[in-house]
Amino acid sequence: MKKLLISLLFAPLLAFAAGAELHLDKAPNRSGDLAALQHGAKLFINYCLNCHSASYMRYNRLKDIGLTDQQIKDNLLFTAEKVGEPMTIAMRPAESKLWFGAAPPDLTVIARARSSGFGSGADWLYTYLRSFYRDDSRPTGWNNVVFENVGMPHVLWELQGQQEMGADRKLKLVTQGTMTPEQYDAAVADLVGFLQYMGEPVAEFRKKLGVVVLLALAVIFAFAYALKREYWKDVH
Amino acid sequence: MAASQSEKYKSDGSALGGALEWVDARFPLTKLWREHLSEYYAPKNFNFWYFFGSLALLVLVIQIVTGIFLVMHFKPDASLNASGVPVAFASVEYIMRDVPWGWLIRYMHSTGASAFFIVVYLHMFRGLIYGSYRKPRELIWIIGVLIFLCLMAEAFFGYLLPWGQMSYWGAQVIVNLFTAIPLIGPDLGVWIRGDYVVGDATLNRFFSFHVIAIPLVLVGLVAAHIIALHEVGSNNPDGVEIKKHKDENGKPLDGIPFHPYYTVKDIVGVVVFLMVFFAVVFFMPEAGGYFLEFNNFYPADPLKTPPHIAPVWYFTPFYSILRANTVNFFWIDAKLWGVIFMVLAVMIFFFLPWLDRSPVKSIRYRGPLFKGALTLFIISFFILGYLGILPPTPGRTLVSQICTIIYFAFFLLMPIYTKMDKCKPEPERVTQ
Amino acid sequence: MSCDDKVDCGRRRLIVATAAVGGAAGVAAAVPFLASLAPSERAKSAGAPVEVDVSKLAPGQMMTVEWRGKPVWIIHRTQEMLDGLKKIAGQLADPNSERNMQPEYAKNEFRSIKPEYLVAVGICTHLGCSPTEKFRPADAVEPDWQGGFLCPCHGSSFDLAGRVYKSKPAPDNLEVPPHMYLSDSKLLIGEDKKGA
Repeated sequence: MKKLLISLLFAPLLAFAAGAELHLDKAPNRSGDLAALQHGAKLFINYCLNCHSASYMRYNRLKDIGLTDQQIKDNLLFTAEKVGEPMTIAMRPAESKLWFGAAPPDLTVIARARSSGFGSGADWLYTYLRSFYRDDSRPTGWNNVVFENVGMPHVLWELQGQQEMGADRKLKLVTQGTMTPEQYDAAVADLVGFLQYMGEPVAEFRKKLGVVVLLALAVIFAFAYALKREYWKDVH
Repeated sequence: MAASQSEKYKSDGSALGGALEWVDARFPLTKLWREHLSEYYAPKNFNFWYFFGSLALLVLVIQIVTGIFLVMHFKPDASLNASGVPVAFASVEYIMRDVPWGWLIRYMHSTGASAFFIVVYLHMFRGLIYGSYRKPRELIWIIGVLIFLCLMAEAFFGYLLPWGQMSYWGAQVIVNLFTAIPLIGPDLGVWIRGDYVVGDATLNRFFSFHVIAIPLVLVGLVAAHIIALHEVGSNNPDGVEIKKHKDENGKPLDGIPFHPYYTVKDIVGVVVFLMVFFAVVFFMPEAGGYFLEFNNFYPADPLKTPPHIAPVWYFTPFYSILRANTVNFFWIDAKLWGVIFMVLAVMIFFFLPWLDRSPVKSIRYRGPLFKGALTLFIISFFILGYLGILPPTPGRTLVSQICTIIYFAFFLLMPIYTKMDKCKPEPERVTQ
Repeated sequence: MSCDDKVDCGRRRLIVATAAVGGAAGVAAAVPFLASLAPSERAKSAGAPVEVDVSKLAPGQMMTVEWRGKPVWIIHRTQEMLDGLKKIAGQLADPNSERNMQPEYAKNEFRSIKPEYLVAVGICTHLGCSPTEKFRPADAVEPDWQGGFLCPCHGSSFDLAGRVYKSKPAPDNLEVPPHMYLSDSKLLIGEDKKGA
């Protein structure tokens, strides 16, 4: 049992040490798609928020993706009393480290942290959530192609079904889930879209404001340049 | 009709004029205005390379103002909050999400840090190509190298504050460099950190250095830098001394008053810079992971070393030089040689005014030897910078060793090749 | 300095125009910085309205809840308590709540929306201590005591509508916070129909 816990503890380190070539699938773009992001929020809160906190994200921030305070209160407010509170969880990190070997990390900025030269954080997450396969050598019974020997079980297995690693090093679906592969991919895309939104909720506004600021600066440039030319007539 | 330098301002009868006369009798306001702006004569042939001094001043102001507002919300505390996240890291996300417009202030500060180095490197390059470090401007150059050193320290201390994985491990590595110093090394490391490993004590003292100590020194050095410049007057792309040819009023023939000509021109430079700056802030604040590193979105974890620790891009050339040292020479091991060469790589800039033996200042009149040497130097600098981002391989280490040799050769051989070089005659007056 | 020289005129106009545009940009740039001083989401969340269930509050009893770091009292007043309020008007500094210590809907003889529930901030309007309950006749602080509060710090006394007695250090009646009823038994403190 101790050996089991210790191997779980070192599993993430091994994954980091591997760091070799990584092929990632491209995550479909869900930004701006409010319905998809709301679906993603629902999936996140139902499946992920039990073990993973999102402690920098307040519930009422979800107004960005078109949800009212009342809708949030009625459907999504599981780990807090008021909508203004952050998405923390009851499980304490010291406990979860003891139970799982490693504390499940906070996921608020996971989409930013998982970016790399191989793809965006969303690409990594999209691939990760679709790359679990049965592995009886692991304590949870699951392993993952992009995160070797991960301590997390395949939480979404009922939706996807079960995959196995073939002799050709490719994944094959051996048991059906409640969703078809296309439906599952779309659901994961929604969830990942939500994680990407949650990583930086102000992103859409930021880009819109950027257009305004650059246009304003272009106007200021015209005036400043005209003023410069006017004065420098004296010099030439 | 300019008043002479020693005359105090006399009111023109208006209320503002009266106030100005009152101040001027008690503070050299109009004298400073004349000496440093309206009657400071700068060469009329300043080109693109001459924007970067005022831009550096602008970025300093941006960093200070955004810094002031960030400090209102940032908490330099490495302890874990109830969710198991370090308070410092959580406070940065608090700024990004909960503080009104906090995200904008944060991105301006992180972009400003990288912008500072881009602007300063270009400003230094201008010095290299036009001989701005030559007599009588050696002290301006020396103060400038001191500013560069302070800037590196300021960036290093500041980078620890968000308390992410790269923050933590980068600081751990750099502080460990100091432990390479013989005899006192390990104790020095503990003294710098305030602990046996980088921790809360380190975070708090780096916060003090970054927010108060070094900014004060920087502002003082920048003031000294400008005062020293104004004492001897600016250089120019032709390298000619405009003070050699004056008119009957004592004004340099090739000079124009800084105000209004260069104030108005620098405003254009500022606006163009802000367009680029805000394009980054609003559309690509992470800059592909170079301005905001991806791994720094993981909170610092003393038990988990990232597989790949690299400094931020602006330190990578010097980091490459550090890593290029793989041989134990004499009784000094490679690790210490690396530190020595890295430090020398910055310190050697101090000696530039005395290494350059050319009769001409500006690259426009230099011969092929200097032009070739400078080109090789710049290329090596870029290659070293690029290699510093990547994990080392035997091939890459060899290339960095070659580039390190070129880097030092540029300086060390300079007394020889600048003397040998076939230069063109420097003109008497500026060309346009 | 009249604008008769053509070049000078044009130049000055351009300077003014550029300065105006630049000034506007400067003001726009200052806005985010100044706005960042406003309460953050964390402060707003901590200061958010508080829901209180008063169904279990028995007549004659008082409960205390926290809102924005302050104690807020909710007293379930009996008919006897309400009747007593009329008897002491002469002893009070501001019996008709003329001064601005309550929202419009609490500017009445009971200083409340529903007569049976008083909602008041339990902080003495003198220097901020929290007054103690003196509901029983035996705790009488003033002549003809009908129940109320005594502030232990400097001796101010208040009645069961939070109104301050004459000639006391406290100048004002207790503050009535914005509040509204979500149902007969659910109070929301910190927000009212006009929107907090």
